[in-house]
Amino acid sequence: MSWIDICDLSDIPLRGARIVKTAVGCVAVFRTDDAEVFATSDRCPHKGGPLSEGIVHGKKVTCPLHNWVFSLESGEAQGADEGQIATYATQVVEGRVLLDASALTTGVAAE
Amino acid sequence: MTQKLIIIGAGMAAGRALEHLFEQAPDAYDVTLFNAEPRGTYNRIMLSPVLSGDKSFEEIVTHTAEWYEENGVTCRFGEKVVNIDRAAKTVTSDTGDVLPYDRLVIATGSNPFIIPLPGHDLDGVIAYRDLEDTNAMIALGDKPDAKAVVIGGGLLGLEAAAGLALRGVDVTVVHIMGHLMERQLDEAAGYLLRKALVDKGITVKCSANSKEILGENGKVKALLLDDGTELPCDLLVMAVGIRPSVVLASDAGLATGRGIHVDDQMVTSDENILSLGECVEHNGDVFGLVAPIFDQAKVLTKTLLGEEASFVNKEVATKLKVTGCDLFSAGDFADGEGREDIVFRDPARGVYKRLVIEENRIVGAVMYGDTADGNWFFGLIKDREDISEMRDTLIFGPAYQGGDSLDPMAAVAALPADAEICGCNGVCKGQIVDAIGNGATTLEDVRAVTKASGSCGTCTGLVEQVLSVTLGDDFVMPAAKSVCGCTDLTHEDVRRLIKSRALKSQPAVWQELGWSTPNGCHVCRPAINYYLLADWPLDYADDPQSRFVNERNHANIQKDGTYSVVPRMWGGITTPDELRAIADAADKFDVPTVKVTGGQRIDLLGVKKEDLPAIWFDLNQAGLVSGHAYSKGLRTVKTCVGTDHCRFGTQDSTGLGIKLEKHLWGSWTPHKLKLAVSGCPRNCAEATCKDIGVICVDSGYEVSVAGAAGMEVKETQLLCKVGSEEEAIEVISAMTQIYRENAKYLDRIWKWVDKVGLDWVKAQIVDDLKNRKALAERFEISQSVYRTDPWAEHAREKAETYQPIANLTLEAAE
Repeated sequence: MSWIDICDLSDIPLRGARIVKTAVGCVAVFRTDDAEVFATSDRCPHKGGPLSEGIVHGKKVTCPLHNWVFSLESGEAQGADEGQIATYATQVVEGRVLLDASALTTGVAAE
Repeated sequence: MTQKLIIIGAGMAAGRALEHLFEQAPDAYDVTLFNAEPRGTYNRIMLSPVLSGDKSFEEIVTHTAEWYEENGVTCRFGEKVVNIDRAAKTVTSDTGDVLPYDRLVIATGSNPFIIPLPGHDLDGVIAYRDLEDTNAMIALGDKPDAKAVVIGGGLLGLEAAAGLALRGVDVTVVHIMGHLMERQLDEAAGYLLRKALVDKGITVKCSANSKEILGENGKVKALLLDDGTELPCDLLVMAVGIRPSVVLASDAGLATGRGIHVDDQMVTSDENILSLGECVEHNGDVFGLVAPIFDQAKVLTKTLLGEEASFVNKEVATKLKVTGCDLFSAGDFADGEGREDIVFRDPARGVYKRLVIEENRIVGAVMYGDTADGNWFFGLIKDREDISEMRDTLIFGPAYQGGDSLDPMAAVAALPADAEICGCNGVCKGQIVDAIGNGATTLEDVRAVTKASGSCGTCTGLVEQVLSVTLGDDFVMPAAKSVCGCTDLTHEDVRRLIKSRALKSQPAVWQELGWSTPNGCHVCRPAINYYLLADWPLDYADDPQSRFVNERNHANIQKDGTYSVVPRMWGGITTPDELRAIADAADKFDVPTVKVTGGQRIDLLGVKKEDLPAIWFDLNQAGLVSGHAYSKGLRTVKTCVGTDHCRFGTQDSTGLGIKLEKHLWGSWTPHKLKLAVSGCPRNCAEATCKDIGVICVDSGYEVSVAGAAGMEVKETQLLCKVGSEEEAIEVISAMTQIYRENAKYLDRIWKWVDKVGLDWVKAQIVDDLKNRKALAERFEISQSVYRTDPWAEHAREKAETYQPIANLTLEAAE
């Protein structure tokens, strides 16, 4: 694990998301509850929709382009759709959001 | 010679350790006990009943003066230790006395956290930690018309508020987060708790930021919030959290982090000094609950006596109960992967239960209103019991294992005969039951006989339920389409209930209408958000997170993730300056495509999200505002040139179009709303296929509605003819408002008019002039909030949120 301090919890709207630019593309950081944060790839595997712009409900997000729904915990598409988005570990420590960047560095991307 | 043991702090941890010590080896140490508070150990947890008057202080004292005397403890109460000299093995008190020790125990506990707001040192600003604080609050209750503000909507703050309210004080709770006790409760339970507190007369302000404490002659006078609200108070209680008290230890050079570092034997970095309680940090954990601290007391005693013992922080579930509120929270229900929820809501009884399941085990439980099964769930959490066998009925508690399920019809069955079912036609349940008794067996039969559900239709579901309850199995309930999988209610039911039960927030809807998910889904949330803002424009604040991306970002997302930007051109009229500003913006932001739209304006396609606030700012400078080309709301009012230039024009159609657009812009509607005004029946503005169209004629204005030119093509139907522009604007305002108040989310006007019938609409706004006026007035009230440019607001206040929150590519490039 390689924890990187991303932002204050309050920088992410409740039931909203912000994006982090990384070497492997944009990562969406979702805030599903007052102190509950998930990070996934921002790109919907269907048509590349920006998941960070989707409606966040429970621990899921709905892609704004064609309403694919993904579990933010497992990254799996829900319902009849089949697809998977990458998920990244996060934690909230004293109001700060930390993202595990070990899978987001150029080393991994270059493989 | 007996060893000298000095203990700093006589809180509950030290008290428990001394009990163990004297039980096991009464003569092992010569004990001196310091306490900054001028008294010995009492049960701090029970200060709330003292505040509320249920208990006296004497009842919560756990160690009396006699007890200390019998056990030979030298008490130095009200005396503070100011220094530890580890080399000389002495402590110095604030009286200047220097005392030697062989072993030292630091049990300084924790300090309340005081937010360093301006004015935090004023007289009358207190924490809620000890008997002095409690007494200050009790004394306030004796003052007539006393007012208090409590900062902090956690357990402690609410206990303080509840106690003060019981003492007759006018209390306001100010909480920075969106709902109360957010660490222990989810939003729904937080909503119910808030409701209960408000019923007790406590004012609750959530999402409220304190800015400054105002004083007068050195005494607190009011709390100022950053939105400018001033809350007058005679006492301000800060209950925002506690911090381990480590200063004495860190000054003495002991290892500290968040707390004083101790090992498994409760020994600090100095082998002669031990520590326990809220002031310690063990393997990264700090402690606020009494159970692990009592375990520490046992281990610390063994260590003092030279016996083997190790402290293990058992991951026990915690549970809590707030005085006067039927509330239960145990375990962990917030963070974590692979978790599922089981939610039960019984709005009629105000009951909410939520279980969090992980790998077939309950890991968290939140309950409100009916907590009788709390301990049973708590047991299942603690024992990590596999619940897969009883999962289906688990939420109903132990009594319902294998029992019957609840009857959803019970509420309708319980309605009295004179309960009104159809508001439009004034039909009561009794009349419907009579109609059924006389042979009606279907919805259509009932409608034909009684007119119930024959007008606006929102009571259709209720009428069907009455049929079902009355006829039993003879009535086959038509499969009414519910809003989504989160509820069995239809849109019509939800709209009716939001109005009739005065539901003014999302948590209120989720709870009172028995939603099965914690906060809806992408289907229901935008609808509920719309219904709430349409019905309660002054009470409910629009929630951007419940909106589709286009409405949240005030631009239309394109298939490549860029956006299109369409500035408003009132009535399709523009100027060379506006066109220059649009051209400049297109150049500056490298806009790849500029297109003229069907709504008589210009679309800039392919703008990057990051650039939106900047392009809006530039367009604003030229007087251009959002065209709302992205909204379920007023889009455009298309016009022809009318009498200004056209030789056939009968009226100033452009002028009326501009007036209408300036009147209606910014309003949210169930679906998009497009208007047009044509200056003569040649209809160059194509007004007869719009949601609302106006055709000017010599004698006035023909207002028609319910046209469409999308997947369906429909000609508008005449609503009425009016003689003046003012009247046309009033009729159109009323039409817009009646559509806003009654239609199902995502029904265009034509679809909604098909359901309710044009005759009903005419009766409401053409024939009933009083109702027309009232509708137009309600529209104006809503517009007082929404007739504003979101682009200007976002460019000014939210520009930051359009940028990535962090950029890790820079680090990766190293």
